[in-house]
Amino acid sequence: MSAFSAIGEETEQDQNEFTPGLEPQPTWCPGCGDFGVLKALKGAAAELGLSPDEMMVTTGIGCSGKLNSYFNSYGFHTIHGRSLPIARAAKLANPGLTVVAAGGDGDGYGIGGNHFMHTARENHDITYIVFNNEIFGLTKGQTSPTSPMGHKSKTQPHGSAKTPLRPLSMSLNAGASYVARTAAVNPNQAKDIIVEAIQHDGFSHVDFLTQCPTWNKDARQYVPYIDINDSDDYEFDNTDRSEASEMMFETENALHEGTVLTGRYYVDEDRPSYQQEKQRIGEMPEEPLAERYFDDSYEWERTFDNFLDKHK
Amino acid sequence: MTDHELIWRIAGGSGDGIASTSQNFAKALMRAGLHVFTHRHYPSRIRGGHTYTEVRVSADPVKSRGDGYNFLLALGDSFARNPSEGAYYGNEEIKPLSENLDELNEGGVIVYDSGLLDASEIEDFDERVEENDWHVYDIDLRTIAREHGREVMRNTAGVAVTCAIADIEPDVIKSLMSDAMPDKILEPNLTVFDDAYEMVQEEYDVEAPDVSAPTGEHDEEQVLLSGSDAIAYGAIDEGCRFIAGYPMTPWTEVFTIMTQNLPELGGISEQVEDEIAAAALAIGASHAGVKAMSGSSGGGFSLMSEPLGLAEITETPLVLVEAMRAGPSTGMPTKPEQSDLEHVLYTSQGDSHRIVFAPGNAAEAYYQTRKAFQIAYEYQIPSIVLYDQKLGGELTNVPASVFDEEPNADLGSVLTEAELEDAPHDDSGKYQRFQHDTENGVSPRSLPGQKGGRYLATGNEHMPAGHISESPENRVAQMNRRMQKVDNIRAELDADGEFNTVHGDEDADLGLITFGSQQGTVEEAADVLNEKGHSVKVLGVSEMMPFPKQQVADFLDSVDEALVVEMTASAQFRGLISKELGGYGDQMSSLLKYNGNPFEPADIVEGFETALLEGEELPDNRTKFVPKVGE
Ligand SMILES: Cc1ncc(C[n+]2csc(CCOP(=O)(O)OP(=O)(O)O)c2C)c(N)n1
Ligand code: SF4
Ligand SMILES: [Mg+2]
Repeated sequence: MSAFSAIGEETEQDQNEFTPGLEPQPTWCPGCGDFGVLKALKGAAAELGLSPDEMMVTTGIGCSGKLNSYFNSYGFHTIHGRSLPIARAAKLANPGLTVVAAGGDGDGYGIGGNHFMHTARENHDITYIVFNNEIFGLTKGQTSPTSPMGHKSKTQPHGSAKTPLRPLSMSLNAGASYVARTAAVNPNQAKDIIVEAIQHDGFSHVDFLTQCPTWNKDARQYVPYIDINDSDDYEFDNTDRSEASEMMFETENALHEGTVLTGRYYVDEDRPSYQQEKQRIGEMPEEPLAERYFDDSYEWERTFDNFLDKHK
Repeated sequence: MTDHELIWRIAGGSGDGIASTSQNFAKALMRAGLHVFTHRHYPSRIRGGHTYTEVRVSADPVKSRGDGYNFLLALGDSFARNPSEGAYYGNEEIKPLSENLDELNEGGVIVYDSGLLDASEIEDFDERVEENDWHVYDIDLRTIAREHGREVMRNTAGVAVTCAIADIEPDVIKSLMSDAMPDKILEPNLTVFDDAYEMVQEEYDVEAPDVSAPTGEHDEEQVLLSGSDAIAYGAIDEGCRFIAGYPMTPWTEVFTIMTQNLPELGGISEQVEDEIAAAALAIGASHAGVKAMSGSSGGGFSLMSEPLGLAEITETPLVLVEAMRAGPSTGMPTKPEQSDLEHVLYTSQGDSHRIVFAPGNAAEAYYQTRKAFQIAYEYQIPSIVLYDQKLGGELTNVPASVFDEEPNADLGSVLTEAELEDAPHDDSGKYQRFQHDTENGVSPRSLPGQKGGRYLATGNEHMPAGHISESPENRVAQMNRRMQKVDNIRAELDADGEFNTVHGDEDADLGLITFGSQQGTVEEAADVLNEKGHSVKVLGVSEMMPFPKQQVADFLDSVDEALVVEMTASAQFRGLISKELGGYGDQMSSLLKYNGNPFEPADIVEGFETALLEGEELPDNRTKFVPKVGE
């Protein structure tokens, strides 16, 4: 019998299951795009029939990091930029968990960029949602890695001299096996994409455009948006790496010219997840490691029997 | 049984197989019934550079590398880049011979490979030999090796020569070679061994050896292992099945031992992108219900600073090991020091609450690593095992029975799903995992995936179910509870009374105080001092945090004054004692060493007699004396 009975439990969930009781209520500013992520995640979790106790949502620090304060599941609000390594390890420890990591553009593409690159490379079976508001929200509007060139802020009074980072291209090149972009103003697509991202076996990266009306006033509300998978103007095969790459490049350029492109950019269903690779080479047990500590019949190995001979 | 000692030094270049040859030599003599202790000296490079290992061999238990040494086997640096005097680092080829002369004791033996080394290149060599009554054997080991095998078998030839000169039974070595070497290379190695051994017997008069190995017998079975082995085995026996890390000398040893053993135990090892990730992964795995660890050396541990604080405030069990080396910055990567003490005690923002153990030898490293896990998981707090390049790398014989212990995979204060049903929840069904009032400060945790256990873990101050709060009342309640755990751990350690060691006569007038890996050396120094008529006892502290205030105060109260011995340049340990005890500064002087080499007993004897008692200057800058406050 599993010590973690919430995992895989058949449930019919209403998305309200994922709303905590009366408190705490979201403290995001009115009109903030972060509400859109919360709503999409709740909808996706309900649609997938997940139970709050089998989900673990890790977040970084920022306005976005509050996501798991307002989402009813196991949560780990970590430190700035570090939601991914904690998420990865929880998944390795207990692979039955549905693990979602989330954070801001500063959190994930700046201070935590190294983890982003390596988590994608390793293709861990987790979903990563980046609240991309092209700004540092919580620290009051400084320039972020995705702020457009020329963007003025208190820390960049003459406008940013840096070209913005290309999150989708970076993700693809690093090795993510599912890459999508959606926007808070596009709730149905957002929910569908998160459903797919969670279902995908491997690292799913969702760049989620979240408007910040408080600090990023000159930014668009990310409307109107175009779904590239639905539009006749954008023909490409999102299972083809180079076509995906071109589409991403175009999308990243278009955003700064006022055209908001969204959709599924890259989907690789064939690449084994990290867990599968690690099990293939014999460096990860088939049974969830976390279960072993509750298995009274397990005979724990000891040094005296296993390792001392070579020291004699 | 004989009471003399052999301290054998094998010197060559990095890459010359010094480490494996000396390890086999030490193990062979351990098997023959002797006590052994090794000391490694190597540069931070892969090929070339002067390196040596010492093997101290005695019929009685040994706790340090000893003073100087009495048998040099100089192989010559076969990878030397600059065999010329004028080069930046001098003539590297000759260094295995020239660099080792200063520490060779009077009457000692020198065997050098005349196939590679020319003693006439060393200034005053013959005069020094005569002055010090050294016995020199110039033997063309290279040619012997080449004749029967390959040049790399020089090491075997050198060991054979050692046996012939120091009166070691050849079978002691040969049977170990048979165990350790694959058939293909065993045969030629045995031939090289016999040839070299016979050559010495025929050409030299070895009837009355200049220096000989002792003989002895153990009363129980021994194993030869390092502090790094002991730490890894302690972790494994506590059910640790997850490690994440990033290579850095000297912590890499523990990481490697764990990584090589975990797959067969169904565990997981992750080499990750950096040490921030390493610590964060250990936190993530532990949070999800697997006993986990990480570790690093100074620089990597700096990167772990923020995750460490996260583990403190989220009360996530976490075990880290920190292998100190000489700092600051990259410092001297392969040289020991104890100067990360304050770093490990206090790094990360806020009031630190963590456990730090500094074991004094391999057996203590095993026990204290186990205790570190027990406390971490029972009290939901980070535990750190602080050691250094010296303890991590030195090989000693330890009774096998030390490890004859039951494994313990208990996850500590974790609820089961059944227990969660009766546990307090908030209105949204979240488990109150951080309750204010608990018996011993510990509020039991749940694990992701458990039904009815969901809660928020956060690095922000938080309410019982985990939600972020800046309420003053809640803050004080949570802070007090977390700090209370440390007090309770202190009480538990006091009750156990196992980890700090006192050596010597209770009524002694003077004290030596040290911590961590210098313990054995300081104890041997005290023995020498007492033989010389002084009255000295030693306190070796392992419990660095929470600090054993009462025990240290009692020790200081019982002596007139004390010399605090540590491998730091700023007397960090003495500072810790003063801070924790709020005084005693006028009773403690310091003996410091930070030149990259660990203390030898003689350093301490000299510091004690010359500086502390006689108030005179120390003759050279190997160690530094800092007098007590007010002098
Ligand atoms: C190590 C560290 N550096 C700096 C900060 C301060 N800080 C908090 S959030 C943040 C940036 C937030 O921007 P982003 O990640 O884009 O999140 P947003 O608030 O926009 O959702 C910064 C710099 C911190 N908490 N930790
Ligand atoms: S500052 Fe911006 S990102 Fe933060 S809550 Fe307000 S609107 Fe949202
Ligand atoms: Mg942002």
